[in-house]
Amino acid sequence: MTSLGIYIHIPFCIQKCLYCDFLSFPEGRQQQALYFDALKKEIESAADECGDYEVVSVFFGGGTPTSVEPQFIAEIMDILKARYNLSADAEITIECNPGTADFDALKLYHESGINRLSIGLQSAKDEELQRLGRIHNLSQFEECFKNARAAGFDNINVDMMSALPGQSLEDWKSNLEFVCKLDPKPEHISAYSLIIEEGTPFYQIYGDEAEQLEKSGDTTNVASENVYLPLPDEETERVMYRLTKAILAENGYHRYEISNYATKGFECLHNKRYWQGGDYIGFGLGAASLMRAERFHNTADFQKYLKCLSLDKNVSDDFRPESIREDIEKLDVKSRMEEFMFLGLRMICGVSVEEFKKRFDREIDEVYGDVINELVSDGLMIREGDSIRLIDKGLDISNYCMAEFLL
Amino acid sequence: MSEFDQSKIRNFCIVAHIDHGKSTLADRMIETTGVLTSREMQNQVLDNMDIERERGITIKSQAVRMVYKAKDGEEYVFNMIDTPGHVDFGYEVSRSLAACDGAILVVDATQGVEAQTLANVYLALDHDLDVFPVINKIDLPSARPDEVKEEIEDVIGIEAHDAPLVSAKLGTGIEDVLEAVVHRIPAPTGDANKPLKALIFDSVYDSYRGVIVFVRVRDGVLKKGMTAKCMASGASWEVVEVGYFGPGQFIPCDELSAGSVGYFTASIKNIQDARVGDTVTDALNPCEEALPGYKKVMPMVYCGLYPADTARYPELRDALEKLQLNDASLFYEPETSQALGFGFRAGFLGLLHLEVIQERLEREYNLDLVTTAPGVVYKVHKTDGTVFDLTNPANLPDPAEIEFMEEPIVNGEIMVTTDYVGSIMQLCQERRGRYISTEYIEATRAVLKYELPLNEIIYDFFDALKSRSRGYASFDYEIKGYEQSTLVKLDILINHEQVDALSFIVHKDGAYDRGRKMCEKLKGEIPRHLFEIPIQAAIGGKVIARETVKAMRKDVLAKCYGGDISRKRKLLEKQKEGKKKMRQIGSVEIPQQAFLSVLKLDEGN
Repeated sequence: MTSLGIYIHIPFCIQKCLYCDFLSFPEGRQQQALYFDALKKEIESAADECGDYEVVSVFFGGGTPTSVEPQFIAEIMDILKARYNLSADAEITIECNPGTADFDALKLYHESGINRLSIGLQSAKDEELQRLGRIHNLSQFEECFKNARAAGFDNINVDMMSALPGQSLEDWKSNLEFVCKLDPKPEHISAYSLIIEEGTPFYQIYGDEAEQLEKSGDTTNVASENVYLPLPDEETERVMYRLTKAILAENGYHRYEISNYATKGFECLHNKRYWQGGDYIGFGLGAASLMRAERFHNTADFQKYLKCLSLDKNVSDDFRPESIREDIEKLDVKSRMEEFMFLGLRMICGVSVEEFKKRFDREIDEVYGDVINELVSDGLMIREGDSIRLIDKGLDISNYCMAEFLL
Repeated sequence: MSEFDQSKIRNFCIVAHIDHGKSTLADRMIETTGVLTSREMQNQVLDNMDIERERGITIKSQAVRMVYKAKDGEEYVFNMIDTPGHVDFGYEVSRSLAACDGAILVVDATQGVEAQTLANVYLALDHDLDVFPVINKIDLPSARPDEVKEEIEDVIGIEAHDAPLVSAKLGTGIEDVLEAVVHRIPAPTGDANKPLKALIFDSVYDSYRGVIVFVRVRDGVLKKGMTAKCMASGASWEVVEVGYFGPGQFIPCDELSAGSVGYFTASIKNIQDARVGDTVTDALNPCEEALPGYKKVMPMVYCGLYPADTARYPELRDALEKLQLNDASLFYEPETSQALGFGFRAGFLGLLHLEVIQERLEREYNLDLVTTAPGVVYKVHKTDGTVFDLTNPANLPDPAEIEFMEEPIVNGEIMVTTDYVGSIMQLCQERRGRYISTEYIEATRAVLKYELPLNEIIYDFFDALKSRSRGYASFDYEIKGYEQSTLVKLDILINHEQVDALSFIVHKDGAYDRGRKMCEKLKGEIPRHLFEIPIQAAIGGKVIARETVKAMRKDVLAKCYGGDISRKRKLLEKQKEGKKKMRQIGSVEIPQQAFLSVLKLDEGN
């Protein structure tokens, strides 16, 4: 049986963070209830389509999935357990923001079958949290973490964010050390550097600065009239990245992807699926899927989503998941090879020569030999036995390297 | 078409300041004379090139014939000749005016007389045209027709009290304009019995009929079947077709007699044989002397044109060939550049002409072009006593072989309101101008005369002039001749390799400033590589400016999960696509944009 990952999007949050470009918005309970009715219906309707798959991972993402009534999540879990071939050891994650889940809620999630918790901490300093527009403070995180352990979660991720406005190397270092000193420490840490995304409040403030950093590596040409704290320069940002690797390594975490670190045995199966080209289906508003070599995503239009999943019980049989799917794109061999490379190379272990041959029935060197040799000779990539992977210098400029693999 | 009495013909043009409504008025006149229904009218019938419409300027002159039944019950033939509105095409303007007997002056009822109005009127008066004014835009609330009339009389000195008041936009007063054409523009004089004498004021190339020559017949008759001869080029052909200009179409007729405006075709292959300004006569019964004023216009500005995609060189060659069919003043010859591959060195009348050709190549022929910095023709006197014309900086010999160099100088006339005299004088100084004189036409208006090196005005002089005078200055120039000058070749080195396509000739005093600006600009255009890239400007072997493109340290997408993959792919594709458009110079990849950006050094600085 082919394996499948399920992503479930919960587009609600208490308040939008200043840097966030995810599909989410603050909504009242009534809209949330409507949404969950629609979502449940979508998941039920797709059960047959997924009948020949074994579900090995589930990920509740957002928004803030824990900002809605915990019962809504438990009901979804019930459907998954009843209608899908949910593997006994499936990894089932829910994203959580401190201040949105108390002990009872966490316990309910755990009892419903969710076995992994991903907590968005981002920073261990209240003033940094405030600058990001986060709704919580550090003590709320500490409480959340403690409750999560108490509720039975033995696989916890903590999200951290570097290169924040005004952040120094010392600041970042102490943030990481705080996380490593949690007892028992989290099994997994995601450490990203802040990305200034278009359409966010941060873009208005930092858009020019970020662009200049990207272009020339410094911001000397940007008028510094900004009353806001400046972004760290490129050099500092890179040092932060390296420091992350070193500190986390000392504390027993290994880097397995550009921004992800785990203790032994706790790499996130669900996310690895994205980079390894495994099938996944996304439920809910805007959720993306890769099924049977087709990429598509659900509509991002809230009203349309609700409408297509009309709550009229009489027509429930008429709903076809296709009606909310957009941008359906059939991946040809070329696209699949490209993705195999540019997603696979995000992982520190890189891509497997054998696996390439198995999937495409061609030698990797026949297709990419020249590119690989060039990147190897530029000191960006190495080749060891079956594995081809980017080394630190290549990972720093991975887009540059990955673009080479487009055919 | 029956022969028209010469006394019923009116040949005229419309002159106006930009935006005073010249094209709109022309449209309304064509509409009112009933040649076209409103539905057939495109917005501006006369300007039929896309580029013209977008820029709101008229590049190639065109003509249209209208038949108007006047209040006196007689039918009149109007030949309206449109004139190009830019100094690059000054010669074409003068020939168009020479084909007319009178001119309508359009003045905006809200703006009044402006710099360009004056320049255009004087140009028309220089050609002995009878000029009568029309006050346009009287529908606007801020219209002040009486004041404007007074202004016209005071400033220009032509009678304006009975000037037709019109709103070309709404179509009011058009009848008055048509009547005024009948009464205020003289009928052509000329003798149909004399040998043929006709002025070529424009020509276009048609792939079926060859060159279509636009003429104003002064004397004699131009007929189908006769052998016509161009007096300057000496070429002669049998006339295949004669006719006149319907709106947007050619309408054949039997003959064009003295006073008429029309066209003829004669299977003419080469537009160079029937150049604007030449006189057409009967080969078997030639007139004694040609019409005055013919000159062969020479390209003044040169630049390299290269296809962005090197494989499309043959397409570029074909496109230039086709454009030249229609444009006798376009010159080109093949050249090669280490940086840009195979391309052409092309010569133009001026910078606008260059831009127009470039845009036509890109738009009509779908070519992506890389253009090198435009330069003028320098005369290089070598130590061995020989002199040659330098059109490509790359061909400059070793300094040891050069005795001295000369550059073209123009006589420039800038008409400007007194408020801006100071800033315009400053501009001319900056451009190495030599002050000649200031003449006050009236209390608030002056004409500044300067001698300016041509290479100082071909880049962005017009833009600078406009911005420093809020659009009030108008500029005209003619070539004065060559003068010795201290010129140097500035080379650009990227990662220590000289990039031939970026070399240019500059006056010694301006070299440092330009070199520095070039380096700064290039720094912003060249993407970061895996290594640090020095960008240097050098004269001879001496580096005079330097910038550095830092090595690429970070190019990474921190997050990429299920929903990000399509976006990630697009990002990588864009990156890859950008790379394709780069030119490899040594180990450095330079985007084509970099070559274009150095053409506009003063923008944003």
